[in-house]
Amino acid sequence: MIFLLILSFSISAKDTPDDAGGSITINAYNIPEGTQRILLYRLAGGDTIYEEVGLISIFKGEYDDASVVDGMEYLYRGKAITEDRAYVAEIKEYISSSPEWFNKSRTSVLLLLILFWVVVLIYIQLAKKNPEGLFIRRLPPLEAMDEAVGRATEMGKPVLYVPGIEYITDAGTLASITILEMVGKKVAEYDTRIINPHFDPIVMTIAQETLKTAFSEAGRPDAFNKDDVFYLTSEQFGFAAGVDGIMHREKPGAIFLQGYFYAESLILAETGYSIGAIQIAGTNATTQLPFFVAACDYVLLGEEMFAASAYISREPRLLGSIKGADLVKSALLILIGAGVIFGTIAFIADNAGNPTYMEIFNKILEFLARAAS
Amino acid sequence: MSISTSIWVWIAALLTLMVYSFLYKDNPFYRLAEHIFMGLSLGYTLTILWYNYIIPRVYEPLFLPPHQWSLIFPILLGLMTFGIFSKKYNWLIKYPLAFYVGGYAGLRIPLLLQSWIIRQVEASFLTPDKFTSVYSSINAILIFVGLVTTLIYFYFSKKREHGFGAAANVGIIFIMVAFGAAFGYTVMARISLLIGRMQFLIQEWLGIM
Repeated sequence: MIFLLILSFSISAKDTPDDAGGSITINAYNIPEGTQRILLYRLAGGDTIYEEVGLISIFKGEYDDASVVDGMEYLYRGKAITEDRAYVAEIKEYISSSPEWFNKSRTSVLLLLILFWVVVLIYIQLAKKNPEGLFIRRLPPLEAMDEAVGRATEMGKPVLYVPGIEYITDAGTLASITILEMVGKKVAEYDTRIINPHFDPIVMTIAQETLKTAFSEAGRPDAFNKDDVFYLTSEQFGFAAGVDGIMHREKPGAIFLQGYFYAESLILAETGYSIGAIQIAGTNATTQLPFFVAACDYVLLGEEMFAASAYISREPRLLGSIKGADLVKSALLILIGAGVIFGTIAFIADNAGNPTYMEIFNKILEFLARAAS
Repeated sequence: MSISTSIWVWIAALLTLMVYSFLYKDNPFYRLAEHIFMGLSLGYTLTILWYNYIIPRVYEPLFLPPHQWSLIFPILLGLMTFGIFSKKYNWLIKYPLAFYVGGYAGLRIPLLLQSWIIRQVEASFLTPDKFTSVYSSINAILIFVGLVTTLIYFYFSKKREHGFGAAANVGIIFIMVAFGAAFGYTVMARISLLIGRMQFLIQEWLGIM
């Protein structure tokens, strides 16, 4: 095969922008007619032999070499192969990759976050000044919690509280801990037993402290039994089997399924239903909500869980974030509404022979698409 | 019919039957299966943690050359979690927890904002290409109305009065329709799991089919 260095075919290499390092982007230019494939070779600093790393896309003329080590220098050589010959191009200067501190393609996300952050901070300050001034609508499942604990007490049965199978980093688990505190206070007031099995040892530790505080605040620190807050297992269906067993043996009068759940949600809710317990569920796992809706008496749907923790605690930071989130929702509704109206006007104008508005509208869509990608 | 002679198939089949016996009522066989399952899963989790995390991410980089001494900081942070076992030092756990929750929130929030909010807004704009047929037009309008009314349902700081309450009621209809579809879809998936277990019992264990 004849290797020819043709000036027209060339390649360039650059550190891939806006990435976490470990990648060099190679572009090919003036790809010869009839090219079947472009082989890419790499020479690491200190080596003497080029190694084949992949194929540059003929259509995009680009290859992302994600197998490089940050800080190490490389040379690249491209070989475009046609039916009867090969064209070779190479870069002359060593190139190395490094991570970037700032991903410029996410600037719009940063701006939105700052906006959201400012709004929440303003509302937190307002909530601190006047916590009763911020209205949060009534949530029926919260009202039912009293009733559920009362019912379990009357029946002489314990209360079972399952905080889901996620870690403490999950917002749903954090909200669940706040709800657990409220349930714990009620349980202590009514002198009932609360059983609290766990999937994660760290969540268990926090739940133990939370319940201990709740019992103390209710004036019944002696009634708190640390052994009723226990670790089961960190295996999803092992945990489900364990909780099902507890439901059948202990026959709780009220069951709280509050937190993040996965496929075990229906298994737990069905078992709870089969023993006749009043069930109050809540989860931010949208995929599991249908099962709770079908099998439980009351359900806190997604964001209602976070609103519930704000409603219960009247904690200014939570109240402020709920109010801030509502304002962001309003902004989104206005944005969507304005987009629809502007899109319609642009469409009508475009049909009437004035494409300017449609061009602006398309640019807005492109901006959103870039931000979402 | 040729019944399996493999001891593992027999164990799996008997454990499957023990678990299904719960459909009748709680019984010692189910309890045995439950405790075997939980014990095994706990042992399995510990083994995974030891071989996939402690050995390759703590022991090897720290004690084998080239030593990555910088790992001492995250390891110390992790060890602070054990402060919970001491009454005197249980406050130590606050630092790894704060780092863990804060770091995770920082990683997740921009991604959620990007994939859940911005993409949703982008998809909700009614552009002319969404009205190319009767079906796509109805679809686009339904998505738009569903999004707006569902967002209104999740307003917490405004009383549900007048038109706002009506819009929230429409929102809950959309939510319930979505839940119904998801429920049906999952029930189908669960039935396929049941079929898989039945196939195992009938084919692999009993060798009937």
